[in-house]
Amino acid sequence: MTSIATVLFNGVAYGMLLFIMSVGLSVTLGMMNFVNLAQASFSMFGGYIVVLVVQRLGLPFLVSLPIAFIIVGLFSIVIERLVFRHFYGTDDLTQVLLTIGLVFMSISTASYFFGGTYQRIDMPAWLSGQRDIFGLTLERYRIFIVVSGAILSLVLILGLERTKLGGMVRACVDNPRAANGCGLNTQMIFAVTFAIGGGLAGLGGALSANLLGIDPNFPLRYLVYLLIIVSVGGMGTIGGTLIAAVTLGVADVAGKYYFPSFGGFVIYAITIAVMLWRPRGLLGRTA
Amino acid sequence: MTTLDTSAPATGKEAARAKFAGYFVGLSRWKIGEVLFWLALVGAYFVPDMNIILLGHILIWGLFAMSLDLLLGYRGIPSLGHAGFFGIGAYAAGFLGKYGWTEPISGLLFAMAIAGAVGLVTGRFVQRVHGVALLMVTLSLNLILYDAVHRATDVTGGDDGLQGIVIDPVLGLFRFDIFGKTAYWYALIVTFLLFLVARALVKSPFGLSLLGARENTRRMIMLGAPIERDVSFVFAISAALAGAAGALLTQTTQFVAPSALSFDRSADVLVILIIGGTARLYGAFIGAIIFLFMRDWLAALSPVYWYFWIGLLLVIVVSFFRRGVLPTLETLLQRLRAR
Repeated sequence: MTSIATVLFNGVAYGMLLFIMSVGLSVTLGMMNFVNLAQASFSMFGGYIVVLVVQRLGLPFLVSLPIAFIIVGLFSIVIERLVFRHFYGTDDLTQVLLTIGLVFMSISTASYFFGGTYQRIDMPAWLSGQRDIFGLTLERYRIFIVVSGAILSLVLILGLERTKLGGMVRACVDNPRAANGCGLNTQMIFAVTFAIGGGLAGLGGALSANLLGIDPNFPLRYLVYLLIIVSVGGMGTIGGTLIAAVTLGVADVAGKYYFPSFGGFVIYAITIAVMLWRPRGLLGRTA
Repeated sequence: MTTLDTSAPATGKEAARAKFAGYFVGLSRWKIGEVLFWLALVGAYFVPDMNIILLGHILIWGLFAMSLDLLLGYRGIPSLGHAGFFGIGAYAAGFLGKYGWTEPISGLLFAMAIAGAVGLVTGRFVQRVHGVALLMVTLSLNLILYDAVHRATDVTGGDDGLQGIVIDPVLGLFRFDIFGKTAYWYALIVTFLLFLVARALVKSPFGLSLLGARENTRRMIMLGAPIERDVSFVFAISAALAGAAGALLTQTTQFVAPSALSFDRSADVLVILIIGGTARLYGAFIGAIIFLFMRDWLAALSPVYWYFWIGLLLVIVVSFFRRGVLPTLETLLQRLRAR
């Protein structure tokens, strides 16, 4: 019983990380129909920022998280203005190839500056070790991730539902042309959303640096997971992305724990089934 | 090039039929550039200090990319999992060679049949999805297959690959040597024959209806074209050709490892086709030449960071030559001629 609960908990923590990394991708896909595989590279960038700030500069871990969010957010807006905006409205395949080219470049750049090995990050004492809650022995860092992931999801959902920017974003996801016709600056809204999404990807990478490990192949390892989450959850839906991310996290951890010989089979089979059943994702609207 | 001239008045059924036949004959006439291309591949063998093994790989990659071209270029169906079919062909040929059936030509045909059958089934249920969902389904199928082969270590040897594959001399005469000489001629002849099949296919009425469905599926349905049957069929053909490329790799190297069906290979073949240009058949081979020579050169130049340059190449191609190298060259040539 306790082992099931522990596996479940670890899966949720993993899912939260995947959610934070993929939510920006989901919104940009829903909004501009832009397939940005480089989202995984943004996450790796965030992870390396934590490595730099914590290990080289010696600043506290908690300080490094907002730094990662801001730097990656600014970086993503630069990339969006320089490169991506020329590719809105092209077909999916062109966008996939463009962004996978950027992923290749980011992998080589990372190994040029940091080498090919995993980066070590020293956690503060209050985030390392374990803690007993309700008779379960849980790692402190995973508790931290689940709590902060839950807060972040709440902020995102409320922000999208209740704030003015959220309303504008929803309008753009629903119908960019009509939103433009109503006088909304869709280009501007999209750039801001893209920056927030990129920043969140960076934050997700920063949070996973300790748990998943940061090395130059990070983008390729998690790229497929991010794609699966976004397409299974339904593009442009934060709730769907959250459900898909947590389900995938739990399924992956449980699958590797209970059926190690099956590997990733369960996840890929579920993906195929969902895609054939609902091509626009679980919560995606049918056109 | 692909528009039918229906404005001229047809006098009777016979005349109309003759006119259509004439159209397809004109379409399939060989151009001088095509002849020169294949002669160049024959001639490349005799160039001193030529890397014959690399040339052989270029042919295999070119054939593989051409199989994807039938699907993506002519029918407009992208696949992120085409290496699955390549791998099925490679492993089918490998198992045959390991368990006693060592004759290469029948082994190649068998591998093509297996890959084609899997392609037929895949095509039947993949054609219901489009866009990102389609990319995800093909990608997931590829990953499942890779995982299965990778983990079934007692059957496939896992990461170590399938060992002990024996392949007889071709026609009982030409033994596969370590310099890749027989491999090159074998790959060249097989590739050329399969190219002829693909060429005949895309220049036939069937090829035209594929192009029609790519441009406007709904209109083709209204014209009464059997869209679903066509998709299954082209999937099967494309898979069989990819399987042939895989079998060629296994037979010429007498080894097969899970990397034959990795996602990297699926991505690389897409890159090759996009670099060369789609819906040309030759684009696949041009792309393979550029990609493999560049990879060879860059990997020697900087063994660790060469993927950076492949990434940059990809970005440049989709930014500035979105249609690929070959179509861009064709447009340039036409412009020069028009002067």
